[in-house]
Amino acid sequence: MRFMTVILAALLAFALPVYAEAPPEFYDFDTQAEEQRFRNLIAELRCPKCQNQNIADSNAPISKDMRDQVYLMMQAGATNDEIVGSLVDRFGEFVKYKPPVDRRTIILWAFPAIAVFGGLLIVAGVVLRSRGRDSNEPPLSPEEKARVEQMLADKDQSSRS
Amino acid sequence: MRRVMLFMPLVVALVVGILLASGIGKDPSELESALIGKPVPEFNLENLREPGEMLDQSLFRGEVSLLNVWAEWCPACWDEHEDLMWLANEKGIRIIGLNYKDQKENAFRFLGRLGDPYQTIIFDPRGTLGFDLGVYGAPETFVIDAQGVVRYRHVGVVNERVWEEILLPVINQAKGNS
Repeated sequence: MRFMTVILAALLAFALPVYAEAPPEFYDFDTQAEEQRFRNLIAELRCPKCQNQNIADSNAPISKDMRDQVYLMMQAGATNDEIVGSLVDRFGEFVKYKPPVDRRTIILWAFPAIAVFGGLLIVAGVVLRSRGRDSNEPPLSPEEKARVEQMLADKDQSSRS
Repeated sequence: MRRVMLFMPLVVALVVGILLASGIGKDPSELESALIGKPVPEFNLENLREPGEMLDQSLFRGEVSLLNVWAEWCPACWDEHEDLMWLANEKGIRIIGLNYKDQKENAFRFLGRLGDPYQTIIFDPRGTLGFDLGVYGAPETFVIDAQGVVRYRHVGVVNERVWEEILLPVINQAKGNS
């Protein structure tokens, strides 16, 4: 038992320096609000290398460079639009998770409305048609009524016997 | 009316099919550069071969050139290097190298082993010009016209096919205009 403890302690001693070799990157902010602003910015910017990660989550070198740029521009007093704009100028609209409304993206933006409108049209069509059927179709003619009664009576008898 | 409605699913399927089929074969990791039509960003960086000599964007004036972003640590750069040698030696293309986030000794070892196709090499150890160019993964190759304006950006390896089908037409057009 004691032997095991020694081995465990030795393993731990080897494990710790590895952790210490990869320090988390650290950005210093004067206020909580600034830090929150930084977090929001890096959460809505997309890493160009990794396609579907924001630069907050990505550990690609390019994401680190972009975070540094966001940080440095914030320290220099740039507005959010200026910061995002400077990255878009370099890497293209791709880096924004929220694309601007323009001719290329209008279908993307309009699609939810189109889908809802289309769905409503279909529902309205189905409802109207079924209503129309209720009122337009004539009730059973006397002959049909007689036939139905005959059938029901037959069924009654067969189930009793 | 009923008849027409019967064909609606077919029409929808066709439209969606065409839309999706047009996306097949496109590499989603290839992004169009934001710099196309804009001048090469300003920079002031050392010449890799001539320590102390500083280079700037005027390097690109006067002649159509390829700007190849490379590094010793980048495996695909090893792959494409032979084709860059071929372009420089056989086709007489002016290739400017951008040594991106690399170390000098590694860069020289790379060139010593594979040859040196570059007319001039910009040494960018911190990747600042690379960042301004929107480089997100080496190798990348830019076509720059004689006015120093970015005409095209190719992400990935340059080979004979890329040269014939993509880069050569852009270069010819850039030469025609300038």
